[in-house]
Amino acid sequence: MTEIHTLPEMEGPVCPLPLPHNEQIVMGHGSGGLMTRDLINKVFAPFLSNPVLDAGNDFGLLPPSQISNPRLVVSTDSHIVTPLFFPGGDIGRLSVCGTVNDISMSGAAPAGLTAGFILEEGLAIQVLQKVVASMQVAAKEAGVFIAAGDTKVVNKGQGDGIYINTAGFGWLPGSRSIHGANAQPGDAVIISGSMGDHGIAVLSARGELGFSTSLESDVAPLNGLIAQVLAAVPEIHALRDPTRGGLATTLNEIAGQSQVSIWLDESAIPVKSVVRNACEILGFDPLYVANEGKVIVILPAQYAEKALEIMRNHKYGREAAIIGKIEKDEPGAVLLRTSYGSTRILDMLAGEMLPRIC
Amino acid sequence: MDFTSSFRDPKIVANLIQKIKKTITRPWVIMEICGGQTHAIMHYGLDQLLPPEIELVHGPGCPVCVTSLELVDKALAIAAHPDVIFTSYGDMLRVPGSKDDLFNLRARGASIQVVYSPLDAVQIAQANPDRQVVFFAIGFETTAPANLAALAQARALNLDNFTLLVSHVCVPPAMHAILGSPNNRVQGFLAAGHVCAVMGFWEYHPIAELYKIPITVTGFEPVDLLNGILLTLQALEKGEAAVQNAYPRVVTEHGNIHAQQLISTYFEPCDRNWRGIGMIPMSGWALRPEFSRFDAEKRFKVEHIQTHESEICISGQILQGIKKPNQCPAFGTICTPQNPLGATMVSSEGACAAYYRYARK
Repeated sequence: MTEIHTLPEMEGPVCPLPLPHNEQIVMGHGSGGLMTRDLINKVFAPFLSNPVLDAGNDFGLLPPSQISNPRLVVSTDSHIVTPLFFPGGDIGRLSVCGTVNDISMSGAAPAGLTAGFILEEGLAIQVLQKVVASMQVAAKEAGVFIAAGDTKVVNKGQGDGIYINTAGFGWLPGSRSIHGANAQPGDAVIISGSMGDHGIAVLSARGELGFSTSLESDVAPLNGLIAQVLAAVPEIHALRDPTRGGLATTLNEIAGQSQVSIWLDESAIPVKSVVRNACEILGFDPLYVANEGKVIVILPAQYAEKALEIMRNHKYGREAAIIGKIEKDEPGAVLLRTSYGSTRILDMLAGEMLPRIC
Repeated sequence: MDFTSSFRDPKIVANLIQKIKKTITRPWVIMEICGGQTHAIMHYGLDQLLPPEIELVHGPGCPVCVTSLELVDKALAIAAHPDVIFTSYGDMLRVPGSKDDLFNLRARGASIQVVYSPLDAVQIAQANPDRQVVFFAIGFETTAPANLAALAQARALNLDNFTLLVSHVCVPPAMHAILGSPNNRVQGFLAAGHVCAVMGFWEYHPIAELYKIPITVTGFEPVDLLNGILLTLQALEKGEAAVQNAYPRVVTEHGNIHAQQLISTYFEPCDRNWRGIGMIPMSGWALRPEFSRFDAEKRFKVEHIQTHESEICISGQILQGIKKPNQCPAFGTICTPQNPLGATMVSSEGACAAYYRYARK
């Protein structure tokens, strides 16, 4: 803006100088032309720079895997959270961790990500910078790099500020077989920490609840924790992060894939009292509320204590607990033993999570 | 500390179960009125802990379930107006109307917002003076004061773009309808604690006397529910048609007088259709004529609506305690929470949904 004011006064009709658009996103930032390049140079490159990205191609050429007999694991995840910034995280951190975690659930070591940004016209560039900076921090923590990226701009009112799609890739040692159809009768079920923190933190940050909490989202990259557990206990059968739909929905997926039943001990499942109380008020069940930094580990029972000890020594697994076991009867069912000795079915979340009314 | 922990204490629960087992000498059928109680019983699996002689049947106390098809269709007609912002508690969005539900309507572009409090709807009306904001005022006596507090606030703010689509229903007429039916099986009632928090329980004495049936005001936590069952059982075993209060930390004989004044200021009794059950005389509340400008049915002229109910759904018999959800041939097969045929499968307080979620067999 200052350059314009310092121009000399002119008389007569002149071609107006275009305003420099460096405060908010305008449609031109998605044109693929000079403005896009400018945005890349000023906002993305300073945070995400690495040799693959800096080569400036439409593709990222990946270095070969260092492990023997590697298999490529890919995953993709789109992120549309409101608000963009919430206690404990933001859409940038979420977009990195979400895909890093999905890759990690195969037992692979995540290597890199691609990032596609859909920006809404009018978004403050400062906000975008903050989000990209947060992606850098999360990527550094996870030990991954951004190998390719893309930016598009949609008209004002057609987006929620920023949508980010990340796709990720990682290398899996050829001998490793960890997946949802691999849970076996006799296995133990471990969860890495308390349930429902992310969902309640985000709901609370929206300001729609009429009350606020000090709760923070658990959004975190779990590849470090998983690598440590796998190094000590390679016998793990299944890993999964209980994101949307929560623990109950995720375990139902595994019970269905593996054709086993999963029996949980209600009193063993860690839930923070602030989450429990917020859920009481809203009529939610914490076991259906989203997490973004937790992992379910299913492994032969004799290795459970060893895995638990390693998880509890990691900052993202301090509250890890053995919460249940796998059985062969009633395949496909997830059943919860209450603290009274009764049993109830934990079904999948049906549709949208709705608060009950009275 | 967890504020509910002592009312969920496994030792106290075990102790109450023991007392119930010692008291019972023969089979009894007890109805919990409120869907919140049904939900809690299934959630904690309390029915599995009780002796087999106690049969719990599930009452009509789920406002989402009993809201008439006609009113759901009216809601759909009003919400389809381009200048309307329709506001509702979340559960109502999935209740099937004759041809559609509010979720589908929203997906086709209608402005339908889920609110956590009716006061949120008033704020939406304030923020959108050029739109008509309608709140779907469903519920029993429990939700009436909050819904009317919103109306009172809209009046105080001189809002002329805020109306209520009223579908309020009352518990005592439904109890008369159940007990007066030739098919009735209910021998004792757990009255709905939150309804009684508003209304007190003085209304229940004549019902207990007329039908010679014990009625116990009961809360929603495991200890509350088992206490209510124990008191009802003791009265049944002694042959006493007693009205007792097992929820004294919340409920008094005369209830919340301020809330009752608010209700009598704005509402008058009316005949009301209950979904699946039919018309129960003087079983609901409607806005008094002097407040008709706040009545969405009048403002949007939706009096004449043609309805069509699923022929397969037996929710009416379930809401009267005649049948249980798993006795319905559609239960869990063609009727599921994702594809509900009737409202009892929709609401988290609906008996069918509770059975489906917690005890499919």
